[in-house]
Amino acid sequence: MLLINCPYCEATLPELEFAYAGEAHIDRPADPSALSDEEWRDFLFIRTNARGPHFERWRHIHGCGRFFNAVRDTVSDRFLMTYKAGEARPVLNALEAAE
Amino acid sequence: MTTQRHDFNAQPFLLEELPPVGRFSLRVRPGQREALAAALGLELPTAIGQRSSAGQTEVLCLGPDEWAILTAEAERDALVAAGAAAYAQIPHSLVEVSDREITLRLSGAQALTALTAVCPRDIDAIPVGRGARTLFDSATVLLWRDGPQDFRMDVWRSFLPHVRAILDKITVELKSGL
Ligand SMILES: [Zn+2]
Repeated sequence: MLLINCPYCEATLPELEFAYAGEAHIDRPADPSALSDEEWRDFLFIRTNARGPHFERWRHIHGCGRFFNAVRDTVSDRFLMTYKAGEARPVLNALEAAE
Repeated sequence: MTTQRHDFNAQPFLLEELPPVGRFSLRVRPGQREALAAALGLELPTAIGQRSSAGQTEVLCLGPDEWAILTAEAERDALVAAGAAAYAQIPHSLVEVSDREITLRLSGAQALTALTAVCPRDIDAIPVGRGARTLFDSATVLLWRDGPQDFRMDVWRSFLPHVRAILDKITVELKSGL
């Protein structure tokens, strides 16, 4: 089982308490009706499908209930870091160097 | 013929259903927390899992802006009135959820073992006097640790038969020395 650090609880807890919530840092378009069908499709469905570090959302649903973001390596399943919702996307090079 | 020896435990833990209490879900933005705490006459702890109490009222911090409040039945109306009086100045959400949950008390020599058998979280890592919203099998529960082997668990009522069935099974296992 994965152990995930919740940045709100400040505790490393079992994956079963969490729910995955898709890729992170995808902004909803400010003016959806100005988008073409293709752009709207891309917003809804097209994801990076990263091999390696992936920015993704998680929710501590059976705990504090908060959404937060994580960087997880999709190859090793290792969490590089977790951070609170609303915080800036971390710089990958620094994270990888620290690993 | 070989004889096997087991350490039988006649009563691994005591399971009690506690009488009804007033239950509230409180949400308020962190910037307004102190003002609301003063208005309600309660301490609203800031660390998730931290508890406070005033008289018969108990508070558990569930999230950065969320608390569970348990009160004596007789004090319910006073809390609602205090919230309503403060509402115009301090926007918040104070929702009574008294009928939503039933509290089980688990105490006795193997209470911790019983919970450890079901909860994925390391229950022994919860210090005495703190609590957590966590997972009991598939049910979200509020767990209050009152002593090393003394727990209260607030269970949503529709999950109660499921939770009790699991605890019954664990009782049988512990009694047979498994
Ligand atoms: Zn959390």
